[in-house]
Amino acid sequence: MALQVLLFKEFTKKMQFNFYTFKKVEEKIALVILSGITFFILFVLGALIYFLFKNGIHVFSVEFFTQFPRAGMTEGGIFPAMVGTCYLTLGAIVVSMPLGILTAIYLEEYARPGWWLNLTYLAINNLAGVPSIVFGLFGLALFVKYFEFQTSILSGALTLACLVLPIIIRASQEAISQVGQELRHGALALGTTRWYMIRTVVLPQAWPGILTGNIISVGRAAGETAAILFTAVAYFYPKLPTSLLEPVMALPYHLYVIATSGLDLDKTRPLAYGTALVLILLVLMINAVATVVRARHHLKMEKI
Amino acid sequence: MNTLVLQTQKVSLFYGERQALFDISLDVPKHSVVALIGPSGCGKTSYLRLFNRMNDLISNTSVTGGVYFHDQNIYAKSVDVVKLRRKIGMVFQKTNPFPKSMFDNVAYGPRAHGVFYKNKLQEIVERSLKQAALWDEVKDHLYESALTLSGGQQQRLCIARTLAVEPEVILMDEPASALDPISTQKIEELILQLKQKYTIVIVTHNLQQAARISDYTAFFYLGEMIECEKTEVMFTNPKMKRTQDYVTGRFG
Ligand SMILES: Nc1ncnc2c1ncn2[C@@H]1O[C@H](COP(=O)(O)OP(=O)(O)OP(=O)(O)O)[C@@H](O)[C@H]1O
Ligand SMILES: [Mg+2]
Repeated sequence: MALQVLLFKEFTKKMQFNFYTFKKVEEKIALVILSGITFFILFVLGALIYFLFKNGIHVFSVEFFTQFPRAGMTEGGIFPAMVGTCYLTLGAIVVSMPLGILTAIYLEEYARPGWWLNLTYLAINNLAGVPSIVFGLFGLALFVKYFEFQTSILSGALTLACLVLPIIIRASQEAISQVGQELRHGALALGTTRWYMIRTVVLPQAWPGILTGNIISVGRAAGETAAILFTAVAYFYPKLPTSLLEPVMALPYHLYVIATSGLDLDKTRPLAYGTALVLILLVLMINAVATVVRARHHLKMEKI
Repeated sequence: MNTLVLQTQKVSLFYGERQALFDISLDVPKHSVVALIGPSGCGKTSYLRLFNRMNDLISNTSVTGGVYFHDQNIYAKSVDVVKLRRKIGMVFQKTNPFPKSMFDNVAYGPRAHGVFYKNKLQEIVERSLKQAALWDEVKDHLYESALTLSGGQQQRLCIARTLAVEPEVILMDEPASALDPISTQKIEELILQLKQKYTIVIVTHNLQQAARISDYTAFFYLGEMIECEKTEVMFTNPKMKRTQDYVTGRFG
């Protein structure tokens, strides 16, 4: 009996030892894999940017940023495409931001849990997963044809707005749900209306998060091609648009054009690299702004 | 005979299917302090939250029986919950100052109810903070964030915030649980003083505190109210065996 106990103790000790070494090895392996993957992603991004810089930076010039394309797109700049992308992105955000934020407020603060809410979530999640070309066709059918806005900034911006709306809603919801429940109750217990509480307690707290989400979706809209393909862009438009109902050129589409269907592809190639570089710098810049907004908020919260 | 301010008649509360309170009847006379005592999880907070309908904010709750504020059933359809909560203030178990300045915290309620004059607000803030025994500690940095305060100071700020609205009834959920003995004493003095103007229902785990400040004490156990008596009687000569065991510390 005593021997058995002894053996058993010995056995469990050994097991434990093995168990702990196993855990340690497991931990090491996990660390290596996780950090490896992270470095790989950094490497891909770095390589991409390096590649674009190497091939594209030498076309950067005043002319490149201020001129129209010339000579069958083999010379000149991308000025109208930059302006067009700005218009489209701004238009999209002006429409989708208020809609998205108000929807998020409704879903987080007013809607009662139940099948109706679940259905709404399902719809939003699915909408976020719809391929952008489908949004493009939808925009073509609704805005271009049915509302007769034609191929124009308006049609394109509205289509882009539909595209980023689910992203904005989800980011805003996320930010709103971070606000502590006890703060809401504290305000309501003082006899405030729900809307006053939202305005004075929830939104000031959630605002930086909401803004970050919105800025990131600006980046998404700026780089989008398929959604504006049938709704807003022109292959070449010889002047800057003067109204919302005119078509524009846009960076992503212009890049597509000069990379695939120029008259002399070898001659346009450097311009294509330059355009790609501008586009990626734009997106990086927008994301940097989002990061700064978030960091500043954290700083502020720490001080408070 | 005192007039009744709050009253419940055979009230039951359900969280979904689960019943948390069973047929509770209790009267709260005007300008009195009623203490709710009982072991953790027995339903004191749940009961307190009936009076300002905070349980409405938790999905899936339902209430049966009557809860009355001056003879008005507050669960009637016609009741404006926002107005009700102005008259029945609440201090929460977990401190919850807003991430704003101390001034803005205390001025929050008055502003929400349409007081905008700076002078008037200042006057309210000062008075409320003095009442909550916090003024001397914060008067020089009213415009700093409330989150820089210690836990006990935060709780007193929350009390001041509630007082600033000048409710008729104050519901307090363990207002002193995070406080040191000195602040606790201040709060107790405050409660005794507030009694002149307000009606107070207070949850406390501190039996001596209940004995010191309350006129009536109700003992809760597993969602039922076992006994409610004048406080002197409750602590010296309770009718029920369970109450006696609890107040003498034989279980808890
Ligand atoms: N939001 C909720 N949803 C579901 N059940 C709840 C909820 N809040 C409380 N309960 C349940 O109701 C019962 C009473 O809880 P309550 O918070 O009222 O107790 P309490 O007496 O205040 O306890 P304590 O002294 O620890 O604060 C508990 O069993 C608890 O699990
Ligand atoms: Mg409680």
